[in-house]
Formats: sequence, structure tokens, C-alpha cells
Amino acid sequence: MVFRKQLTAMALCAAATGGAAVPAAAQEFEGVTVNILTRPGYVIAGPLIERGKDFEEMTGAKIVVTEVPFAEIFPKIQNDWATGTNSIDVGVFAAGWGVELDAAGLLEDLDPYVAADNKIMLDDIAPYFRDFGQKVGGKTKLLMVDGDFQMVYYRTDVLSEAGLEPPVTWEDYLDVASKIHGMDMNGDGDADYGSCIFKKRNAQSYFAIQTFAAPIVQTHGTAQGFHFDNATMKPLINNAGWKKAFELYKATGEFGPPEELNMDIGDTRALFKAGRCGLLVEWGDPGTLQLDDDAAAIKGKLFAIAAIGSREVLDRETGELVPATAETAPHSVDGINYSPFAAFGGWAGAINKGADERTKAAAYAFLSHMNQPAQSGIDVTIGATGYNPYRISQLASTDLWVEAGMPQELADNYLGAINAALDNLNMSSDMKIPGAQQYTAVVLDTQLARYLADEITVEEALANIEEGWEEITEDFGRDEQVAAQALALGTN
Amino acid sequence: MSSYENIRQPGISPAGVPFRERLGEWVDRHSGTFFIAPAVTLILIFAIFPTIYSIFFALSRVRFTGDGLKFRYVGFRNFAKQFFGSSEVHFLGRTDPVSIFGYAVFAAIAVAVLVWLWRSRKITTWVGMIGRTISAAMAIFLAWILCASLVSGNSIGTLYTTLFYVLVGCTLQFVIGTGLAFLCSQPISGKNFFRVIFFIPLMITPLGVGYAMRMVADVTKGPFQPFLNFVGLEEWVWSADAWSARFMMMVSDSWQWIPFIFICMLAALENIPRDHVEAAQVDGASSFQIFREITWPQVLPVAVTVLLIRMIEAFKIVDLPNIMTGGGPGSATESMTLNSMYIWRANDLGSSAAIAYLLLILTVVICASFFNYVVVGQIRKARA
Repeated sequence: MVFRKQLTAMALCAAATGGAAVPAAAQEFEGVTVNILTRPGYVIAGPLIERGKDFEEMTGAKIVVTEVPFAEIFPKIQNDWATGTNSIDVGVFAAGWGVELDAAGLLEDLDPYVAADNKIMLDDIAPYFRDFGQKVGGKTKLLMVDGDFQMVYYRTDVLSEAGLEPPVTWEDYLDVASKIHGMDMNGDGDADYGSCIFKKRNAQSYFAIQTFAAPIVQTHGTAQGFHFDNATMKPLINNAGWKKAFELYKATGEFGPPEELNMDIGDTRALFKAGRCGLLVEWGDPGTLQLDDDAAAIKGKLFAIAAIGSREVLDRETGELVPATAETAPHSVDGINYSPFAAFGGWAGAINKGADERTKAAAYAFLSHMNQPAQSGIDVTIGATGYNPYRISQLASTDLWVEAGMPQELADNYLGAINAALDNLNMSSDMKIPGAQQYTAVVLDTQLARYLADEITVEEALANIEEGWEEITEDFGRDEQVAAQALALGTN
Repeated sequence: MSSYENIRQPGISPAGVPFRERLGEWVDRHSGTFFIAPAVTLILIFAIFPTIYSIFFALSRVRFTGDGLKFRYVGFRNFAKQFFGSSEVHFLGRTDPVSIFGYAVFAAIAVAVLVWLWRSRKITTWVGMIGRTISAAMAIFLAWILCASLVSGNSIGTLYTTLFYVLVGCTLQFVIGTGLAFLCSQPISGKNFFRVIFFIPLMITPLGVGYAMRMVADVTKGPFQPFLNFVGLEEWVWSADAWSARFMMMVSDSWQWIPFIFICMLAALENIPRDHVEAAQVDGASSFQIFREITWPQVLPVAVTVLLIRMIEAFKIVDLPNIMTGGGPGSATESMTLNSMYIWRANDLGSSAAIAYLLLILTVVICASFFNYVVVGQIRKARA
């Protein structure tokens, strides 16, 4: 009995000593609170909260994550930082939005922090995300936590049963969708859908339309862009290329769920996980989401296509469509022009320049912690996090994915699709100029939604977008926007 | 000197009265002003000042910079684009082409309004004529937009979506709310239970109502899904059609606000002196005659006032369409307030303020007209 008491006392002493020793050595940011603002739900915000607890144990810094609706993230951050309220220390948002905040002098320059950071391993980040996503004007202003491309996914079992090949062009997409629409794809006896795309207004539908438009409008490499005439910043939208994209996008609705116009991304994800979608347009998430327990109906059956192409491309001189040839579309393959769209550019964290120095140091340390291979290498393999691969170590080998439970064949397809998109010389970039959110999330999104709801014609929608974009360009200053666009596309 | 003293106001102390006493009297005479001053000051700070300050926003393009907000004066451009620019169809609806029937209806309404205005010159002052001219101008403008859009078979914009919620929604709420109140004012068993039940929706936050209604109205998983399947409407989706979505919004709004009408009208109905009703019953009046000749005239002033309050509130509808449809499909369920909110959320503060001012003008003219030509009239009639 005495021996047992002594043993217990020794154990308690050891625990107390050890327990005290670890924090004493690691409480670098004791008393610091880092307020982070991002989107709602477990996706993106969840890992920030969970890893925030680990970070607090390691450093003493308290991580507080505030979640707001997607459409409110950017304006809330801009408002908070520009007015000097400074209740938010870190914003986690689309990498492309950073440029407008930086133009207003609101972002902390992260280069000095990166220079002193020996764990971040910048060289391991894929060049597109390192140079386009994280940098503004040549300086590191954001740290990625996610890498994004929009791709098309198809159900291998459904297409096989129907004797169909995966679509290559958007016309093929419609053809395949029409042939599989109404099939029972999950064995519940109900008819399922040929195509699922999140088309709700004030959500993320405006990304999908750009995925449709990119291969029709952009033909001469990433630096060409597909939104503006880069020399004048005149909108490049009221033309036959975007018109065709709008019409194709609307046509997919014939083979989609009846409520598609009111469906956000969470709604379509619930549908495809339940095995109800034959084709879908999505980011990298379905690759890992199909491994979830509630996606048993599609596990290992949802394959990705890096990019859907177009046999016709826009002739910018005439504003008309012409066949994709070596002259009209130098990057085309077998008469098909591809342009995988880096929609959103990935979620990235930026630090408020107005925060106090200690908070900024703690904020950087936390973002670096999220970004480092040890953490991100795990996060990107879990579908529910919403984080997709952006590091070379995550993209070069399938080992990480197979270890996480992904079948080898699917892992080969998934990483192959992302790598193919990243390697495509005609990859299209998301907007990265001041007002990007207004150009797309407000003007493009509203007019697209009104066209889809038959309120206006496609011609009216495109004319309204052209006028709305011109107003925004004038507000920010045409010359400034020309310079920003050149910087964004690397043509300066 | 004596004449000077005669015209002095009573209560003012004659010369020689100590200053302290004179100060006390002066304070007494202005006590009303002192009592009301804090409230007026607060209203000026929190209501009037922001309203005036927002004019600067409405006449500017506003940008966020590291040094705060930067204003660039653009005149009435933020207003003009709602009527002639990129937001015209969004705000007014499609107004082209106008059908023959549309022209005919507009002509009839315009003539009726002008005749009303012409006749008014004999019964009102010149100040009243200015008010009536403003009302008439608004009526003719709204009639033209209605005839050029809806009556001509074109789509409506946020202006008439808002008016749909206000005019049709409030009418529906008033009829049902008053009907329920009348039933609960009758000597029926369990009426206290119904009073509580009918009142519950008013106590739920509009966001809660929005989410609840969204779940209830879900056609794939909602409680009515088996019924829709049974009647062969499994493919019907209310949120994909403009008018069914607006109708669903109005139903949801009514579910929440009928209790407000109900409780106010119930109070009015229960305050009617019983002896009037009993006297009529003794005289052999039927129930319908008692309602028409005694009950309704006595509750009419309350009824029109309640309707006015409800209309003012209905102009501001924003929660339900934001939660249930995000303003969609397209912009079908988007009210002016929601439109202003979405634009504000994109940090386009100038356009947002301009829409808010247009809504303010619309609300003030319609509600003031309703008050002057309906509420006041009914109150005078009741007093007579």
C-alpha cells in the first residue's frame, strides 16, 4: 500500500514536472488572441479551429475563428481594416481578393516573417500557388491553406453502364448528361440526375460559368486572360464566346435537380455523396469527399477530368466563334482548346497590417503552422476540411492519398487531373485585380442568375455585365486597373 | 410705458425681481422644452443625422482605403442608373414592349388620378394640393411601370416585388388576421387557447421563420413531399418559378405577421360597447347587419391604423427572401431592401444608399397618402 502511494506520488510529480516543462518552454505568445474571419461550417473553418487548439497548447496564443456567410467575408474584412476597427487580425479568403486589400495598404508584408521561418518550405509549394496565390506585387502577402481548381467529375460506374465515354467538350457534357439523366444511380429506385451544379444566386455559381467560358475565350496562354482586353480593360464579355458559355451553362439545367437554381455547394455535395449525380462541376473536394462514410454509394467511383474543352474559340478581332486550330488556339490538342480554370485561387490567410506587432507575429506563426507540410499534408487528404493540395509533396506522389484510404486508381486519376491542370500552359486565372469580388460575385453573379431564371435574355445579361464592369473599372481608375491586370497576369 | 407693460407676456417678472426667481420662472415656462430635449437630441444623433449623412453616400462613389473611406462626388449617377442604366431592369422590371392593353390600362388610371387631382382643388388648401400632386405623380409613375411590365406580360423588378409584398401581402394578412380576431371575439369555447396559438408566430425571430419555412417548403424532403408526389407534382419546384417563389415568400411573411393584425384587431373588437350590439339585437338586426353597421365602423380607425403600421413594416422585408431564396430565382423575390443590402454587402455604399433613399421616398409617399386619404378620413367619420 505504501509502495503504491509512493508510486502514485512519483507519477504525479513526474506529470507535474513534465506538464509544466512543455508549456514553459513553448508559451511564446502567452496572452495573445488572434481573431480570424472566414466562411461558415466545418469546411475551411473547422481545421482552423482544431489546429488553433493545438497551436494554443504549443504557443499560448488563443485562436478565435469567427464564421460569416461566404458573401460577407470580403466586405466585412475590408470594412473592418479600412475603418481602423481592427477587430479582425486574420482573414482567410480567396487568394485573389488580397490584391484589393493590398492596394489600399491593408495587408501585412509577410516576406520578413517568411525569411525567418525555417519550417514553411516555400519551395515545396507549387509555383502557381506560391507566385500567384501568395504574392501580390512580388511580395508575399498571403499564405495558402488550400489550392483550388474547378474540374468536372463523372461517375465511372454510371458511364460504364450506359456505354459512354467521359466528356471532352461541353457539348459532350450535355450529351452524356442527357443520356444518363433519369437513371437510378444509387439503387434506391428513384431517377437521378445527369448533371449537378450549384447555381444559387449570391453563392458560388459565378465560378462555374467561368469554367465554362475559359476554354472558349482564352486561347493564347494564361497571360492572355479571358475577362478583359488587357490593354484597355474593356470588358471581354459581350461576345459570342461568353454567350455560348452562358447558353451551355443554362442547358445543363435540363438534366439537373429541379431545385438546382436554389442550390448552394452544400446542397449539391449532399446529392453527389448520396449517389444522385452522374456529372458535376466542382473543386478538388469530391476526390476526397467520396471517401467519407456517408458517401458509400460513390466511393472510388467519382473520377476527375482536368478540363473540359471547346472545339470553337473566340476570335477577339471579330467577336465571333471560329474553329480551334493551331493558329486560333496554339495550345489546342486535336482541335480542342482546353483552359482549366483556377477558380477562387485557393483559400489563403492574410494578416491585418493594423494589428499590433505581437498579434501579427502570432498570426503569422499560426498561418505558417497551417501551411507547413506536416499539417497541410494531412488536412488536404480529408474531404471535410475543404482543403485541396497545393504543395509539390502532396501532388508528386499518391502515397499520401493511398495511406488516407483512397484507392490507387482513384489517387492516380485525382492527382493526375490536378497536375494536368497546373501544367497546362493555357490554364486560366481567376481575377486578381482591385474590385475582383464586385466584378464577379456581384455583377456577373446577379446577371447570370437573372438569365438562368429567364428574367432577361443572354444578350441583356452580357450587356448589363459589360456596363457594370465598366462602372467598376471607372471607379477604380482605368489606368490603375490596366496596371493591376498586367501584374496579375504577369505581363508587365 | 404702460402700453409696453400691457403687451408683456403674463408671468414675466417685473423689474426688480431677483435674478434667481426670474431664472426659476423662465425654467418653469420652458420646462416642456427641457423635458423633450434629450429625446430630440437622441433622435437627431441616431436617426436624423445618419439619414442626412447617407445623402453624401448616395451622391458619391465610396472606396475603402488604408486611410478610411474616400468619397468621389458623382451627382445623381447612383440614382440614374436605377432608372436608365445597368440596374434599370433589375429595379423597374422589363418595360418594353408595352402592349395595347397596357397602354389602355395606364391611360384609364392616369385619367382617373388626374380627375381626382382636379377635383381636389376645391376641397383642400394649396399646401394640400402640393401633397396631392406628389401623390398623383407617384400613382401615375407606379401605374406606368405596372402597365409597362406586368400588365404587358413582362417581368417585374424589385420595385414591384416590394409592392407585391406590401399591397397583396398586407391585404391578405389583414383579411385573415381580422377574420381570426372576429372569430376569437365570439363566445366560443377554447378561444383563449386559440389566442395563444395564433400569437406564437409573432414571437419567432424572422431568421427562424425563414429557416423553418425553407424546411417546410422543401419539395424533396419537406413534410408536403408525399402530398406533392400523390398529386403528381413531384417535379414542381416553387423556388424555380418567379411567381411561386414570391407567393411562398408572401405566405411565409403572412404566417409571421397575421398574429400582429390579429392581436390588434382583437383588442379593438373587444372594446366595442356591448350595449350597442345588444340594442341592435333587440331591434332585430341580423349578425351581418350588426357587423356592418356597428362593429366595423367602430373598429375601422384601429383597422386602418394597424394596416398602416403593417405596411410601413412590410416595405422593409429582407430576412425571408434572403434566407429562403437568396433573392432568387434570378432576382424574383428580391425586395428593394434586400437589393440595397446585397449592394451594401459588396461595399458599393453609394448605390446602396441611393436605393435606400428611393425606398424611403416610396414608403413615405405611399404611407402618407394612405394616412391622409384613408386613415384620417375613417377617423373623422368615426368621430362624427
